[in-house]
Amino acid sequence: MSARQRSPYPYWFIAPAAAIYIALFLVPTIASFWFSLTRWDLFTTEFIGMENFRQFLKEPQLINGLVNTVIYAVLTSGTKTVIGLLLAVLLTSGLYAQGFLRTVIFFPVLVSTIGVGITFFELMHPTKGALNLGLAAIGLPKVGWLTSPSLALYSVALIDLWKGVGLATLIYIAGLASISPDYYEAARIDGATRIQQFRRITVPLVRPATITVVTLSLISGLRSFDLIWATTKGGPGFSSDVLASVIYKQYQAGFYGLSTAGNVILFLLIAVLVLPLTLWMNRTEADQ
Amino acid sequence: MTKPIHSLALASAMALVGNLAAADVTLSVLIDNNAETITAFDALTAAYTAAHPDVTFETEQRPGGADGDNIIKTRLATGEMADVFVYNSGSLFQALKPEQTLADLSALASQANVVDSFKPVVTSQDGAVRGIPFGAAMGGGIYYNIPLYKELGLSVPHTWAEFMANNAKVAAAGKVAVAQTYGDTWSSQLFVLADFYNVLQADPNFAADYTANKAKYATTPAAMQGFAHLEEVFKAGNLLNPDFGAAKFDDGMHMVASGEAAHYPMLTFGLGTIKQNYPDLVNDIGFFAQPGEDAAHNGLTVWMPSAIYVPASSKHMDEAKGFLDFIASVDGCNVMIKAIGATGPYLIKGCELPADVPPSVADMLPYFQTAGLTAPALEFLSPIKGPSLEQITVEVGTGIRSAADAAALYDQDVEKQAKQLGLPNW
Repeated sequence: MSARQRSPYPYWFIAPAAAIYIALFLVPTIASFWFSLTRWDLFTTEFIGMENFRQFLKEPQLINGLVNTVIYAVLTSGTKTVIGLLLAVLLTSGLYAQGFLRTVIFFPVLVSTIGVGITFFELMHPTKGALNLGLAAIGLPKVGWLTSPSLALYSVALIDLWKGVGLATLIYIAGLASISPDYYEAARIDGATRIQQFRRITVPLVRPATITVVTLSLISGLRSFDLIWATTKGGPGFSSDVLASVIYKQYQAGFYGLSTAGNVILFLLIAVLVLPLTLWMNRTEADQ
Repeated sequence: MTKPIHSLALASAMALVGNLAAADVTLSVLIDNNAETITAFDALTAAYTAAHPDVTFETEQRPGGADGDNIIKTRLATGEMADVFVYNSGSLFQALKPEQTLADLSALASQANVVDSFKPVVTSQDGAVRGIPFGAAMGGGIYYNIPLYKELGLSVPHTWAEFMANNAKVAAAGKVAVAQTYGDTWSSQLFVLADFYNVLQADPNFAADYTANKAKYATTPAAMQGFAHLEEVFKAGNLLNPDFGAAKFDDGMHMVASGEAAHYPMLTFGLGTIKQNYPDLVNDIGFFAQPGEDAAHNGLTVWMPSAIYVPASSKHMDEAKGFLDFIASVDGCNVMIKAIGATGPYLIKGCELPADVPPSVADMLPYFQTAGLTAPALEFLSPIKGPSLEQITVEVGTGIRSAADAAALYDQDVEKQAKQLGLPNW
């Protein structure tokens, strides 16, 4: 019994990885809890208790940023999951030029997010952008994709979907490949339609992939920053601010302690949202 | 035929002796990536090395804006700063903890050349002067297109009402009256910041009261005007360029220089962009101070130039100071004028501007020549500038938020900055 529990390798084998993990992850994380309690200008720190948290929580844009964060995360995660699954089904159905199409779908994932942001900033330019020129050519009114306060956040979510759906598709393709063809064969013999097969076989059996896609895309949506910064910088005004961009602006302003307090809040928020979700999804998986 | 070879051999022999006599020093220099800064420093370092062959330079560039602020602070805090660096004066300088991080330059011989009005903006709280001026003083106001003004028979406005009347005529002629470029959010602040001369005319104690938490934007009618002007220009409905939400600073300068737009509120360093990118349009733009309510009190809000500093951690303190002495001399000033011309008065005594300055500079100089026609921008009189002003002014300029609401929100932003600075009375 004890022989099975003890690993044949000595513990110090993990020392190099542990040293890196401790130096680059654990120490900064713990230090950030300390710095979030100080007024910190990089040169000196002054302990001010919970003052940063109080200041951050009454930040006028915080509620707006939080709402936007949740909208953005749910929207991008939801659309990536649904469209990713549909694309994966399409791209495993023996389509013509299937390999090429998979590459095309996956390609945006490989491009730098900042590059994508700058490109779409130009494409969505209100007067000179290709999107609006296209709309104008077919007689439709021009749209303030990134400059209209009511639209900017959704435009960025759309770009995020374009860029990120390839990864979801790839995970789903792997998930679909692990479903035994026997089930489909049996279902066909029983006269199940394509829709029924999709609902009763594909969706339940691809669940592990769904859990991965939802978790990954929700976390990346919640802490999403680079794409928003490259396209709107949270603007116009504050209308597409998310939690991460509110935090970054505190850092830009030189409020390092306040910005760290914001990061601690973001850390807790992600933990509070994602931990129960993961537990719930894993439990329902085990139940089946 | 042998003569050139001889002199070449002699020159290299002399260079060798020179090398033996004084150890070669390489000064590291950190500058911002503005095209004019780069050109000016190339000229300054080349001229200095020509006169002092034992000193060579290694120049490094950094981004401007808030990212640049963080690079400067991080490198100072870790002791990794270059021997000589360029950075803002005024409130941003104070945020560097200059008493700890920067060398005391009070005893620098060339301080005698520096115009006295510059010294307070690079003086730390212990009274030591820690920088020398880099480049020309700037005005904040409104660029206008001269050919368009002639064509429409307009004259330079001295009150805000005259300015709006001009705008109406420009719009009626089918041109863009006011270019705005919220794609670069910082450029949205000009109507508010450049109105400060007018604020001081109405309320001479505003800066001190504001720093002491006694005066607020929302409750000071004169200070509110900047926000109100921004709102008025948007609400007029037909004055702005259609892409104002996405256009950038370069677009704005091009619009006003090419006559596509009649006005562009901006700092006078904007001329540098025109010189670099559209040199044939330099003579088509003029400049006037942002007009206030009263034509009798029409003056210019002035931005002090950046400064050049030496960090306390420099290992080549004497060589760095020697280089700064050169920059703050009339010779150094002339090297800069030759390299980048003049966008305003240099703050070195005895450094005369050439007679043939572009019209927008000629428009600006009279404000400096009469006492009382200039006032420093608020950021040189108070350490507090709220970090979100540029988002708030975009909101007002885009019609998302009213001027009154914006002023109140900015007061909250200012309060946060004051608390983070740990100022008394907040």
